[in-house]
Amino acid sequence: MSDTMSETAYDKPMPPLNRDSKPFWDSLKEHAMRLQRCADCGKIRHYPRPVCDSCYSMEVDWVRASGRGKIHSWTITHHAFHPGFLGDLPMMLATVDLEEGVRICAQIRDVAPDQLSVGMAVRVDYEDATAALTLPIFRPA
Amino acid sequence: MTSLMDKCAVTGIGETAYTKNSGKSVVALQMEASLKAIADAGLKPTDIDGVIPYGSLEVVAEEFVTNLGLQDLRFSAVTPLGGASAVAAIQAAVSALVAGVANHVLIPIGRNGSSGERIGARAAAMPQFRTIGEYEMPSGNIAPPQLYAHMARRHMEMYGTTSRQLAEIAVTVRSNAILNDNAVMQKPMTIEDHQNSRMISDPLRLFDCCLESDGGAAVVISRAEQARDLAQKPVYIMGVAEGHPDSPSTITQRPDITTLGTAKAAPRAFGMAGVSHKDIDVAEIYDCFTYIVMCQLEDLGFCKKGEGGNFVSNGRIALDGELPINTHGGLLSQSHIIGMNHVCELVKQLRGNGGKAQVANAEIGLVTGYGDMGDGAVAIMRN
Repeated sequence: MSDTMSETAYDKPMPPLNRDSKPFWDSLKEHAMRLQRCADCGKIRHYPRPVCDSCYSMEVDWVRASGRGKIHSWTITHHAFHPGFLGDLPMMLATVDLEEGVRICAQIRDVAPDQLSVGMAVRVDYEDATAALTLPIFRPA
Repeated sequence: MTSLMDKCAVTGIGETAYTKNSGKSVVALQMEASLKAIADAGLKPTDIDGVIPYGSLEVVAEEFVTNLGLQDLRFSAVTPLGGASAVAAIQAAVSALVAGVANHVLIPIGRNGSSGERIGARAAAMPQFRTIGEYEMPSGNIAPPQLYAHMARRHMEMYGTTSRQLAEIAVTVRSNAILNDNAVMQKPMTIEDHQNSRMISDPLRLFDCCLESDGGAAVVISRAEQARDLAQKPVYIMGVAEGHPDSPSTITQRPDITTLGTAKAAPRAFGMAGVSHKDIDVAEIYDCFTYIVMCQLEDLGFCKKGEGGNFVSNGRIALDGELPINTHGGLLSQSHIIGMNHVCELVKQLRGNGGKAQVANAEIGLVTGYGDMGDGAVAIMRN
């Protein structure tokens, strides 16, 4: 019952989950991000999808990400494009090159806006948004 | 392979009043613009046998059959490239016309982007944004000003591009809008006004962002041999191409986030047209954001990647500069008609009907579309 209450109170967009991506979201809930890897050629890809664009295999497995990455770019948002984020402004969003060679876009915390820079080392962390949804965030490494 | 160069022409253009509140339905706006374009060409509505509606709005090909009494619609398609759709539709129209599938293709666009459903509210519902909807919107990376800010910030960090250089674009385009009676924004803008406008998503300020507008615009495309017998001096389509960037649905995963699909389309369009950059007298560049204009100028090859900030400075893109851009005021200051206003403006310039913003001796011009996170389209035309 309390779970239902918190779901109702959560006012930010929820990801429309699909079969290809479920293991990714499940891994966030476990606070242990996993990335999709081609089971044939080994290429890691993100966001999750059914075909490897290197060898066209549809066989996948999932590997634990190191959680280490470097800032590729960022923005600091001052305008609420969704009412759910009104209380979060200004909000820092970083595009991060993960060590595994793919990127993640997520909010970054514990850093002053004027300290953000390309190549800055960060680590992934997790925020439990609801009982059903955990989102990745970044903090300085 | 058959070249499409000079095989077709824009034979008619039509535009409604551009406003913040049209008081008309979207269907009515599109029909008004279409009827104007058809009359401008000297055609009857029943001469239209091809229609390329804008895919993401509610007006479908069937509406044109019923409203215009079309007896035998032979060709309909949509070009799902967001803001690049209008120019990409020219490529589709020319392909169908040269193949003999149709004779006169109508390309209509119209919307109530201000008074109706706000433009910014649509993205989450569009299938091409499914991946952003799943992986980025939940974290708050939702709307184009944010999504594109990551591109602009990367460009600034890699190449030293500044907000004041982006301001050059906003200020130049505004000064052109003031010369245009059918432009929404009429108040002069200075670099300092731009620098003082509120931050939306750093580094993009309010005056880096386009308008949300009501209005309609349409063109008719016909084969060259028929165009010569119609009411207007034909504006020939020398080259046209569309291009899709790597990782088209998400900027985040794109290998180089400072490159757009425009970079793939431009060599094809210039190659087909058989002209070089110095031949372009006027350019109508899709300007949803100032940064996107600068990035396209690089991807088009007017300057090297990273040099766009300097390129747009010192008056080069002004009406009397080396490459006048957005002579109508663009999406930034005329109206956001998804770039069909850019197509109409290029045709006006090449007809010599550019009014107070007419570029002297404009013979060859270029128009771009850009949209859906990175799709690009380019058309080169001559009189």
